[in-house]
Amino acid sequence: MKTNILSAKAITPRIREFKLSLFLLNRNKLTRLALIIVLLLVVIAVVAPLVVPYPTHIDRDNNPQAKLLPPSSHYFFGTDELGRDIFSRVVFGTRISLETAVLAIALSLLIGIPLGAIAGFMGGFVDDFIMRITDIFLSFPSLLLAIAISAFMGPSLKNAMLAIAISWWPWYARLIRGQAISMRERQFVKAARAIGTPPLKIIFGHIVPNCIAPVIVQASMDLGGVILTLASLSFLGLGAQSPTPEWGLMISTSRNYFLDAWWYSFFPGVAIFITVLAFNLLGDGLRETLDPKTRKL
Amino acid sequence: MRSFIIRRLLLGVLVLFGAVLLTFVLTRAIPSNPAAMWVGPRATIQQIKAARVELGLDKPLYVQFVKYVGNLLKGNLGNSLRSHQPVAKELKSALPATMELVFLSTIFAVFIGIPLGLISATRKDQWVDHLSRIFSVGAVSFPTFWVGLFLQLIFYRMLGVLPLGDQLSTNVKLLYTIPHITGFLTIDSLITGNWVVFKDAVTHLILPGITIGLYPIGLVARMTRSALLEILGEDYITAARSYGLPERMISWSYALKNSLGPTATVVTLSIGYTLVNSFLVEAIFSWPGIGSYIASAVVCLDYPAIIGVTIFSACAYIFLNLVADIIIALDPRVRV
Repeated sequence: MKTNILSAKAITPRIREFKLSLFLLNRNKLTRLALIIVLLLVVIAVVAPLVVPYPTHIDRDNNPQAKLLPPSSHYFFGTDELGRDIFSRVVFGTRISLETAVLAIALSLLIGIPLGAIAGFMGGFVDDFIMRITDIFLSFPSLLLAIAISAFMGPSLKNAMLAIAISWWPWYARLIRGQAISMRERQFVKAARAIGTPPLKIIFGHIVPNCIAPVIVQASMDLGGVILTLASLSFLGLGAQSPTPEWGLMISTSRNYFLDAWWYSFFPGVAIFITVLAFNLLGDGLRETLDPKTRKL
Repeated sequence: MRSFIIRRLLLGVLVLFGAVLLTFVLTRAIPSNPAAMWVGPRATIQQIKAARVELGLDKPLYVQFVKYVGNLLKGNLGNSLRSHQPVAKELKSALPATMELVFLSTIFAVFIGIPLGLISATRKDQWVDHLSRIFSVGAVSFPTFWVGLFLQLIFYRMLGVLPLGDQLSTNVKLLYTIPHITGFLTIDSLITGNWVVFKDAVTHLILPGITIGLYPIGLVARMTRSALLEILGEDYITAARSYGLPERMISWSYALKNSLGPTATVVTLSIGYTLVNSFLVEAIFSWPGIGSYIASAVVCLDYPAIIGVTIFSACAYIFLNLVADIIIALDPRVRV
């Protein structure tokens, strides 16, 4: 009972902080719009197969007698070279892009957080070793590394996701290392060490939970970039394979037809743009409200 | 200062070695068979075995790695599995076309991005600021390849004023001698006074240039804005204002000069991004640079070519990072 009261007390300022952030986020019109779009995209991704007008056009049926039709009341975004409804495919693509991007980020957090926390907490040789490895990974532009890795692993959506995760984790390792170093000297960590808590338990029980917030913020800001990278890989033929309705792949296929069928590449591109823009705007807003230096009350 | 640069250089070499090791591991971790690729689809098992020996794939991994590094030091990136030509030679001939795009986009970044960020910062929260912020956040959110396609659709298909792709029109290629001095088509034709080729080259450069410049402009504008905003809140700016210095002078010569560190850094780094973005842009505009080269190499798993481009780009990127770090260190305030 007593511990409950204590933890409730400890958590109150955090709740207040959270409410304040939410209020500040909500006050900026552009950020609020971005938040609404992101939530909408998540809902679309969840319900996609239930609401699209031609669910079979997603990956099974062709409809050759209706190929390359312009947008109409039957086909809102027109049809592609196999007569499939582009609207259905673009809507379903939301699920593919979000799902893959979230998985890729989660995976890179899974690699980056432990490595960064261990490096920051241990210091010395371990720190040097891990950080030099991240330096090596960071010496490649991330898209290039992702291209090389997925080229060698063989083109597929899963491999593209792995490739992105492998090229993104060093950013998180770096970020959490910086946090962990400042945590190391805090009283509660020293106390934990004094009562003989094993290092791994300190790292994952005390350090990681206390420095995870900025990493999560950064990760949500990165979602836009990851979605764009995924689309780029698919565009180069290294990501999703036909007939998956992935946006980048759709644009890539449309290159043979777009001069006479503008709608084919237009709508998947707009979908990518809106999604990435929403995440970027949300990220900007998050950074501005959560950073005490730029926060305006 | 000197010891910092030396230390930074040594670190750069170490990282470069790591990058080479990483690419080597990548090529050996793949479940494909380069020897079979080398001899072509109709080869017998004996021929594949012979090719394994020829390519040195039968030796232990560390021997292969030492040989690989030795070759790299001599500037030898191996032979392409498709053309059997040295990758280094093919890269060298493809590089100027890419560099033309990279230069152009850097010029855009500096001469459009920086002023945009400055205007935005000095008129914070006015409509100009909102407009330029929307533009710059939009510029980094567009899929580059999609922008390229739509510029083609508008300027080639609908307006018919600009060409679809490639560096020169076919009739110009056939009718005129194309000068080869530096390898940069625009510069070469300008030096030799070959106006027809020059004009043709420039019209072909416009669309890919805009496409690839969009991202750096947005990136640099955003960075300049946030760097300037921080500086405009400093005491010495308030002091300058209270002396009654004109606002234009404060923003252009006081604030901009002090924000040059972060801005120069982001410009250098955006060159690296541009290099990689050129892979996508070149694929659309059939631009004969290293981007088209890697895109076609990826399709048929020509691994020496992929590795060649990867190592080259990593070198360029490490070098640019080094330059960025040195620029930061030149600032007397951060000198330790």
